[in-house]
Amino acid sequence: MNKVNLDLENYRKLLKQYMITQDEKALYQAEQFTKLSMQHNISPEEIVNVHIQALKEIYPDLPKEIDDSMSFLLEAMISYGLAYQEFQSLREKQLELKSEISVAANMQQTLLSTVKPSIRGLDIGATSIPANQMSGDYYHFVKDNEDTLGIAIADVIGKGVPAALSMSMIKYSMDSFPLSQRNPSAILENLNRVVERNVDPSMFITMFYGLYDPKTSVFQYSSAGHEPGFYYNAKMDKFDEIKAKGLVLGVSNDTVYQQYELEINKGDMIILLTDGVTECRLADRFIERDEVLDVIKKFTHLPAQEAVEQVYKYFERLQDFQLRDDFTLIIIKKDV
Amino acid sequence: MDFQSCVKINREWDIVGARQIGREHAKKIGFGTVDQARIATAISELARNIYLYADTGKICFEIINEIDRKGLWILAVDNGPGIADISQVMEDGFSTSGGLGAGLPGVKRLMDQFDIISETGKGTEIRTVKWVRK
Ligand SMILES: Nc1ncnc2c1ncn2[C@@H]1O[C@H](COP(=O)(O)OP(=O)(O)OP(=O)(O)O)[C@@H](O)[C@H]1O
Ligand SMILES: [Mg+2]
Repeated sequence: MNKVNLDLENYRKLLKQYMITQDEKALYQAEQFTKLSMQHNISPEEIVNVHIQALKEIYPDLPKEIDDSMSFLLEAMISYGLAYQEFQSLREKQLELKSEISVAANMQQTLLSTVKPSIRGLDIGATSIPANQMSGDYYHFVKDNEDTLGIAIADVIGKGVPAALSMSMIKYSMDSFPLSQRNPSAILENLNRVVERNVDPSMFITMFYGLYDPKTSVFQYSSAGHEPGFYYNAKMDKFDEIKAKGLVLGVSNDTVYQQYELEINKGDMIILLTDGVTECRLADRFIERDEVLDVIKKFTHLPAQEAVEQVYKYFERLQDFQLRDDFTLIIIKKDV
Repeated sequence: MDFQSCVKINREWDIVGARQIGREHAKKIGFGTVDQARIATAISELARNIYLYADTGKICFEIINEIDRKGLWILAVDNGPGIADISQVMEDGFSTSGGLGAGLPGVKRLMDQFDIISETGKGTEIRTVKWVRK
């Protein structure tokens, strides 16, 4: 308890100085004293006690009423001291949790990492930014030796750690499917069974799977309740929604998914996204899908990767740099 | 152990009585004002829990006089419902007052030693000690 004694000496000096001069300097030093005390986990009741001691030393004939009232104050401070200590310990715990989550987030990034493939004639851009540390969005590219490109994009309804855990499961089930099985509808049907068996019924996963074959220039796709993307038809200079019907994953184990196809020509574009993009929240309302498309259009003249990054930056600013949902955007342009 | 003095807790005002006796012991042993106030607060928490959750019980005091140190031993005993998950109630932030630092984790912080023995349906015994700072 040497520390407190030492501080008492200091406190008494400051108090005395203040009593005589009432100057600001003593008050500034008192502020420094309090900060130092807090660093040493000194509770408020101990400060009050130091004050009483100092007061008695400066005024040996302190009226009894004042003395009693100071004891009363000390008693009243005990609970504040306890709350302060609890706050300290909770803060330490929170830091621990934060660092644990950041380790998990790093693991998730490694687990879910995907390589953007280079496919003859395609310019691909992709970005995925989590709202919090861990993401409930996911995208993945699969390229096989015949140069076909598989694209998966998925979104767990829900955020944070549970969403992130289910995403890792999706990724691993997909990896376990044979490469020969590349039909979008079949892939969704298989995943649907995995999700139905393994994921809590309160958790929903939406997913879009597309398969592009450069030999035929045909893009086949199926959707499990996923946010519709956009298709740009260069010849007609027109954007359309990529509409596809299908139930979200995990609702019933025998869901069948319809498969659709599009022919992609030179200059055409496919834009895939999650609802973190379309449900971008402005101060007082959600953004309209048309507005989202208008923003995307502003940047599609850029190379695909630059375009997705610029769109993200635009929305990030629009939302005051506080994403409320995970944001994933993929743009695929056909160059030749 | 034969306790020097016990205070029965039957009504809310008995909490005040327990604090009073506890403070007198603390003064006698030589605790400073801050520690006296801490001991009184710990007694309040223990006695309030008896009053709220067990209806009745008692708080007992014993002065510890060892060759090289002195202390106050406080025991809170009741035959109430007991505490099923002690680890849980000792977690910060669990108490119903939530995040105000009081409750049993607060008692543990206020005192130097702290122990709970409790069986559901039988009762709870909390033993806690504070040593005089030298
Ligand atoms: N003597 C007891 N007998 C039975 N249950 C008890 C007893 N003491 C505490 N408990 C249980 O442990 C819980 C935690 O007690 P604690 O004193 O830490 O917090 P609290 O009483 O809920 O809130 P407060 O912060 O106001 O004290 C209580 O809610 C009660 O369920
Ligand atoms: Mg309590």
